[in-house]
Amino acid sequence: MSTMRAPQFTPLSRLLHWAMAAAVLAQLFIGVGMVASLPGYHRLVRIHEPLGVLILVLVAIRLVNRLLNPAPPLPEDMPAPLKFAAHASHVVLYVLMFALPLVGWTMLSAAGYPIVLYGPLRLPPILPRDVELYALLRATHTVLAFALFATFIAPLSAALMHALIFRDGVFPSMASVGTLRE
Amino acid sequence: MPEDAQRAGPYSLAAIARPGGLAGLAAIGVVVLCICAAFAYVAGWLSPARLTPDRIVDTFEQVNGPHPGFRRNHAKGVCFSGYFDSNGQGARLSRSVVFRQGRTPVTGRFALSGGLPFVADDQKTVRSLAVSFRPPGGEEWRTAMINIPVFIVSTPQAFHDQLVASRPDPATGHPDPAAMKAFVASHPETARAFKMIGASPFSSGFADANYYALNAFRFIDAAGKVTPVRWSLASTEPFVAAGASGPGTDANALFDALAARVGQGALHWRLVVTIGQPGDPTSNAATAWPPDRAHVELGVVTVDRIEPEATGNCRDINFDPLVLPTGIAPSDDPLLSMRSAAYSESFTRRAGEKKPPSAVQAAAASKAG
Repeated sequence: MSTMRAPQFTPLSRLLHWAMAAAVLAQLFIGVGMVASLPGYHRLVRIHEPLGVLILVLVAIRLVNRLLNPAPPLPEDMPAPLKFAAHASHVVLYVLMFALPLVGWTMLSAAGYPIVLYGPLRLPPILPRDVELYALLRATHTVLAFALFATFIAPLSAALMHALIFRDGVFPSMASVGTLRE
Repeated sequence: MPEDAQRAGPYSLAAIARPGGLAGLAAIGVVVLCICAAFAYVAGWLSPARLTPDRIVDTFEQVNGPHPGFRRNHAKGVCFSGYFDSNGQGARLSRSVVFRQGRTPVTGRFALSGGLPFVADDQKTVRSLAVSFRPPGGEEWRTAMINIPVFIVSTPQAFHDQLVASRPDPATGHPDPAAMKAFVASHPETARAFKMIGASPFSSGFADANYYALNAFRFIDAAGKVTPVRWSLASTEPFVAAGASGPGTDANALFDALAARVGQGALHWRLVVTIGQPGDPTSNAATAWPPDRAHVELGVVTVDRIEPEATGNCRDINFDPLVLPTGIAPSDDPLLSMRSAAYSESFTRRAGEKKPPSAVQAAAASKAG
């Protein structure tokens, strides 16, 4: 469909998008796997915590980048409900990508667990020890993680719909490696 | 059909109904289903027989009954504070700041093993000493030790199975001796461990007991050299062997004696590491290292204050044995990750529950003068 040319995301936007997609999907699997594993628990926790910090840093960069380099517009003939779904799922995704690492950080602070980054580096606590608050935040962390998994599946399905069924140029606007040929 | 689809635009039902569209839809379904199935598998939802942290803690709750707000194991305890004076000998083996010559504040907890928070003290009950070292700089070292020289099992499955074997029979209220006998018969390492534990008498109290970390760890020095170690706290009190009698009239006799003793003056334990040699097993907490292994004394832990469990003190610390500073790393012992995971699950459950006051109360508050 050579007539379907859409403007592209900038290379930085594409890099951030795919790096984060991989990091978030890996993090969701590590998180749900570590709490269900006895032999793997400790090793996975040691990855989960620094990876959460990395995701928090990346999503902050990504938000700034998104404000500086707005997303290319969706195809004009895309129906309004689909456009709304696209925008809304992105807002939810951004909120969750900020909220999960922050809830993780506050919950570990409230539990009094040191957060190991690398070697002797520890993330400082951002809350005093409070185990009741920890219990609340720990439950919240799980609920938000399942919500993030669901919102991850939604745009994935949507992207594949664009690629395989709509063929409207939205998928290559994020997925192509080089620049699109005119 | 393709003409219809083009006329109707890419977002119409006709676009999906194209032969290629249906295939695409099926492909999307497969991709999403595969990701969801992988997620469910990793989460353990497809394997109900898997031994998970949840199941270990569930089994503790089944064995001991529900005791909301308390630790699922080592439920009855008391808090302490004090300090660790490092003699600097550990710095040759580990780059941890804890082992530089000088003083590190410590807090911790004495407890009885088992998940019954109101059980009567008994000199024959296995006792624990858990310590949190807090050197400056934000690092922390937590260790939870018990007063037997080797552990009774070496794998998470065996740990779970011996817990099940110790479950009280609802008819008698006591564990079925045949169940434990069968467990020991099928676990020769447990039989050997019981023999070794029985070879030396139990101490009469908390103060004159030695406490062993059981699991091996790795010390890492400034040059990156790794030394396998096991550490223990050796009491400096005169040893008094446990009496033959069961629990006496004072249900808190052991805790009260500890508090009274600290009221007269601080208690001291020497921190001793045993140095493993190449070939010594580091993954088996039920097997002791040969008795001729070198011991190095790293300093003295002093306990000078006892206080009942309360908000913000040791009650709210999870003595996860894998909270370690740089310079101390886990060994390949599978019980370490199991303990970390199960302690965390127990901590999470009790954190959200209403916390009744500990059985060990007023008499316990004492400070070495």
